[in-house]
Amino acid sequence: MLYREAGQFKTNYATDQAIFPILQDRIGIIIILFIAFVVIPLTGNDFFINAIMTPFLIFSLAAIGLNLLTGYTGLLSLGTGAFMGVGAYACYKLTTVFPNVNIIIWVITSGFVSAAVGVVFGLPSLRIKGFYLAIATLAAQFFLEWCFIRIPWLYNYNVSAAIEVPQRELFGIIVTGPRATAGTRYVIVLTIVVIMTWMASNIVHGRIGRMWMAVRDMDIAAELMGIRLLPTKLLAFAVSSFYCGVAGALLVFLWYGGAESTVFSINESFTVLFMIIIGGLGSLLGSFLGAALIYILPIILRFVPPQLGLPLHAATVEHLTFMITGVLIVFFLIAEPAGLARLWQIAKQKLRVWPFPY
Amino acid sequence: MDILYKIFLDPFVQMGTAPDLFVQTLWEGVVGGMLYALIALGFVLIFKASGVFNFAQGIMVVFAALTLVGLYNAGVPAFLALGLTIAVMFALAFAVERIVLRPLINQPDIILFMATFGLTYFLIGFGEFVFGGDPKVMITEQLYLPKGTITYKALGGVVSLQKLDIAAAVIASIMVAGLAVFFSKTRIGRALRAVADSHSAALSVGISLEQIWVIVWFAAGLVALVTGIMWGARSDVSFALDVIALKALPVLILGGLTSIPGAIVGGLIIGVGEKLWEFYWGPLIGGGTDSWFAFVLALVFLLFRPQGLFGERIIERV
Repeated sequence: MLYREAGQFKTNYATDQAIFPILQDRIGIIIILFIAFVVIPLTGNDFFINAIMTPFLIFSLAAIGLNLLTGYTGLLSLGTGAFMGVGAYACYKLTTVFPNVNIIIWVITSGFVSAAVGVVFGLPSLRIKGFYLAIATLAAQFFLEWCFIRIPWLYNYNVSAAIEVPQRELFGIIVTGPRATAGTRYVIVLTIVVIMTWMASNIVHGRIGRMWMAVRDMDIAAELMGIRLLPTKLLAFAVSSFYCGVAGALLVFLWYGGAESTVFSINESFTVLFMIIIGGLGSLLGSFLGAALIYILPIILRFVPPQLGLPLHAATVEHLTFMITGVLIVFFLIAEPAGLARLWQIAKQKLRVWPFPY
Repeated sequence: MDILYKIFLDPFVQMGTAPDLFVQTLWEGVVGGMLYALIALGFVLIFKASGVFNFAQGIMVVFAALTLVGLYNAGVPAFLALGLTIAVMFALAFAVERIVLRPLINQPDIILFMATFGLTYFLIGFGEFVFGGDPKVMITEQLYLPKGTITYKALGGVVSLQKLDIAAAVIASIMVAGLAVFFSKTRIGRALRAVADSHSAALSVGISLEQIWVIVWFAAGLVALVTGIMWGARSDVSFALDVIALKALPVLILGGLTSIPGAIVGGLIIGVGEKLWEFYWGPLIGGGTDSWFAFVLALVFLLFRPQGLFGERIIERV
């Protein structure tokens, strides 16, 4: 009833090509942003903000990064965790060498470092495709992980072989380190994620995004149409790694507060891959939905049995979480292989014509 | 100059002066490579017949071993436990075909790949839920697998071989030979090859895809069980070691996704290369290099032969 576009006429091309062509969508996105920027920081408690919202946003950003590469360009990558690690270690190195520079600048710069590394490991993508490429990116994953352990320069020769986030201020407010409040970190992460999502949306709706999608759908055909494959694929690797690098830097600086190489293990890569496949390949909204499902689901599962008064062992809950996650992955794939984003589209379509079937 | 000497000459000098160490390293590489090859074999079986890139193969290895040990610990006699485990693997194959593969027919490869991830998670959770998460010891003696070492005085030193490794090599060879005969001589084997060539052509001559898939997943389950026993005998049985299973992926790349001999040869190349590299070149750059060597080797290899050593030539058309 409420969700109907009747009477909304498009009188020029700009409105016709808008990302949110329907008024209700625009209102919806404003409400979501209002809740995210105002309501949650004011009303949410520290646990909710720090353990759910901040990591959810960071993982969404990483998922967007991987989605640009896998969902939009069709290049399967299992090196996400390592690229996130490059961002985190680069940011740590930069901020300890130049402590007086604004930390946000270093977070963004570390994304460029990660992009450079991504381009190097993206070079084989011209010759290798599909699962072969996925395994080739595993080389990046394991090699970089090894570097994080074996090159002490990266973690400033700490005895613990871990990176410890120093305290940094932004406009006089402490934003990193143990003394920063959960709310401050959340707002900064949210701001960066919103800006970068907006940028990603513009990229994929523009010329570059169309080139990527042409390469995804069939790269030989794209080449015949005049798209140069190597620059296009490398650009996809660069932008994707940039997003992952920023996500990694945020992960360590604004959430964990310190990290070892194990944080950026192969499991991290798989988690992000789950997110985009469950959420929907080639959909920015899907990146958020997938991150929400995969990240928040285990947390909920862990909290349900105590709430119901079931006396379950912690280990048993862990095993059950694994089982249920596996079952749900298969269930969602069977229910809608194109991901949660497609479910949302179908729901919207149904809503438009409700209560009539068509 | 010194670094060049250390990289290009010193390792070979070492190999020449201490041939016993070289042979020992080589043998360990062969044994490790065989395990990789067996895991890769399971991948290839399923990929050939159903086009599914079965990520769960490594976990199936652990799951099979865990079931066997878990049943034995629960008081079932060793060989009955073995039989029951085979039954469990058949049930698993049947369930996977019915619950996971059948509803996902005709979906893109990546979706099926993702579904095997779901299977992986389920098997980890299920295995630990039923049998407990603590590492277990494989029942080698009860299955009459030999123990101890044979030492040779040869090449101016001592070379020691685990009897178990020799047994593993023999059993693996028998199994591969058995599979080769099964594929080329039996009716089901021919049907499997037909399905591998073309699904629709196989369907049109009356081959049941569902049946073939159950069989091929069961065969992969059996391979997983054998691998699990061999591998469990060398270390503890627990899910913590599933990273090893990832090593089967570069093996697949080297050999090609669709070739059984490729899986074996690729496994041996990776196993031997990794051990030699770590032993002779690893210390130069800080050690621990076996975590990535296999992947980098595969990556370099792919640049020259994108379809692997024995893989079918990739032909692309618009």
